[in-house]
Amino acid sequence: MDELSWGQILARMAWQFWPVWIALAATFALSITFRRRLGLYGKLFDSPIGMVGFGIVMFWVFTALFADMIITFDPLAQLSGLKNKLPGTPVPGQEGAYYLLGGDSLARDVFSRMVMGARRVLAIAPAATTFAFMVGITLGLPAGYFGGKLDTAISFLANLVLAFPVILLFYLLVTPEIRVTGIPVILAAVLFIFPVIFFTVLWNSRYFTDPKRRNLYVGITLVLGLWAYSGLAFNADPLGVWSMDPNLLNVFVSVVFVNAPTVFRIVRGIVMDLKARDYVAAGQTRGEGPWYIMLWEILPNARGPLIVDFCLRIGYTTILLGTLGFFGLGVSPESPDWGSTIDDGRRLLAIYPHPAIVPALALMSLVLGLNLLADGLREESLRD
Amino acid sequence: MLFFVLRRLAVMLATALCLTFIVFFMTNLPPNLEKLAKSEASARMSDAEVESWLEKNGFGQPVLQRYGEWLGVLPGWTVTEEGRTRGRCFARGQTDAPRFCGVLQGEWGYSSVFRTEVSEVIGRSLGATAWLMLWVMIVMVPTALLLGVLSGMREGSRTDRVLSTAAIASTATPEYVSGVVLIAAFGSATAGLSPILADWGWIEGRTLFLGTATSAMDQITFWNFALPVITIALYGIGYIARMTRASMTEVMTQQYIRTARLKGVGFRQVVMRHALRNALIAPFTVIMLQFPWLLNGVVIVETLFNYKGFGWTLVQAASNNDIELLLACSVVAVLVVLVTQLISDIGYVFLNPRIRLA
Repeated sequence: MDELSWGQILARMAWQFWPVWIALAATFALSITFRRRLGLYGKLFDSPIGMVGFGIVMFWVFTALFADMIITFDPLAQLSGLKNKLPGTPVPGQEGAYYLLGGDSLARDVFSRMVMGARRVLAIAPAATTFAFMVGITLGLPAGYFGGKLDTAISFLANLVLAFPVILLFYLLVTPEIRVTGIPVILAAVLFIFPVIFFTVLWNSRYFTDPKRRNLYVGITLVLGLWAYSGLAFNADPLGVWSMDPNLLNVFVSVVFVNAPTVFRIVRGIVMDLKARDYVAAGQTRGEGPWYIMLWEILPNARGPLIVDFCLRIGYTTILLGTLGFFGLGVSPESPDWGSTIDDGRRLLAIYPHPAIVPALALMSLVLGLNLLADGLREESLRD
Repeated sequence: MLFFVLRRLAVMLATALCLTFIVFFMTNLPPNLEKLAKSEASARMSDAEVESWLEKNGFGQPVLQRYGEWLGVLPGWTVTEEGRTRGRCFARGQTDAPRFCGVLQGEWGYSSVFRTEVSEVIGRSLGATAWLMLWVMIVMVPTALLLGVLSGMREGSRTDRVLSTAAIASTATPEYVSGVVLIAAFGSATAGLSPILADWGWIEGRTLFLGTATSAMDQITFWNFALPVITIALYGIGYIARMTRASMTEVMTQQYIRTARLKGVGFRQVVMRHALRNALIAPFTVIMLQFPWLLNGVVIVETLFNYKGFGWTLVQAASNNDIELLLACSVVAVLVVLVTQLISDIGYVFLNPRIRLA
């Protein structure tokens, strides 16, 4: 068999992505049809930049979802004779099978690894960002609202973390030796409790006048939350549903730890601005509790900047995860995540650039999509 | 003003102390010490031997006390065995030593990776990084300001749209991505531009730019330094340009700009004489606060291009658990962050007379 030309490679890749195209077309068709009824999300489709960004992000989301149908080879399989082969090399012994984007230094398929890497990245980045937001919001609301000593103390801690060079922090937190000392578990125990606190306070502040509903909501939150908490932080889930690989936990916790102080500062700033508004004063005069005002009056009004920052921060977290992989501190050495793959590929970069270029471009396009999406959201949310 | 600076300095000192203690604590955790013992003495030591080696070399004391010794506020440890006294402050082979030897006395310790004084390693690597930073600043700041002013001058114009999108794209490209892409495009003998140029006989060597910056340690040339500098600068350009644009668009909607326009002053004059000065206040802070980010980029780029500067040293120290070198690196890094924060705050007050600090 002959090698494929670049046109053929692109055509074959486009064909491999067929589930993604269908899903994308369906999403866009539905969203554009009903965009007037979808609030901020619908307005996104009025801004070309936002639409492009959303398209790129959804492309990677669907790629991660349908990764099993898209890949052409097992991302960990090493086929002999295909080491460092150029894109479009036919696989010997298999009719019509090609390494579409070439082979890497261990003779694995670069294309399949890139597709599987999307799943890795998109499984960690949004979840870590969500946790960072939970921590940042739960601490930032009272710090901004009450001010005083509490604010000074938390702000000092946040600035402490922010003054650390990120890479130094990663080297200190994400080494195999650290795992033996149990520090990641302690950090996880502290950071993972925040979502539970957040939702408990959220329901309690709203429904404490209606004990029956309050008990129901808080009860559900506590049962589900503590169940997941025991599994994720301590790997002690009695039913064995929730668990996290220790290595992954280590990476996850450090990423949350690095992101949370910035979110805290943003939330604190917004709250300090919003607490001088009339509706807050009205709430205080009505005798509403401080947590009700914070969670049910200030927070919904702060959603615009927070949603925009959430998008940007997922991109930033993706970059951080890539940085971790780049320094060999990633999830696992075999893992196809983009950062580690770039790190593997850079050793032979001057001779065989393709194993590093492919994940690099993938990572860049995802972050670019998220940034464009954030930009579109910002423009549209400022409009009203 | 003086009180403000003094208070900031006090907070800075507290932060620096906390941070160095955290680094000290983390690098001195039992598993790390065990690794150190095994690499310094012998790799096949039993647990008891490790224990006794640590005890003999001053690692047996409580962490706080050893931190005090490292800082130079507590006397260094000494051990007397077989009539000879050894200790933290003893230079190799000498019998008497000062009581205190810590950072405050200017003793940074001994690097176990480079087998030399930490202060020497740090000094050399900071010198190398200073050149890199200098060129990054020379490239990054004017480019970013120019792009920002150009796109903020007429909000919503075609120039603005194109430049803004480019700025977003550049902030979306982390250094390890742009570095890889740039090397592949300009510094690879098999891909990108170089083979084509070599075919045409336009370049002497096999590649247009060098894919490593190791030779820049001896002599900096355009060909070995351009790629690392551009890689770091690209990431910063987008961010600073966006901030400049935001500030410029805000200034352009001000009353005094409209007045100047209505008076009949030309657009070019308005931008150059009325808008520019006010629009450049905000980017100043951003540029100063960009330093800590540059530090990040420096670590990645120096590793990628194998340029033996501060970032490269930090990675070596961290991955080999070279405790004293890593501590010195973190002190430098933390100081850079804190000092730039202080300068940006003070500079902002000087540039913007509307802000008065009580």
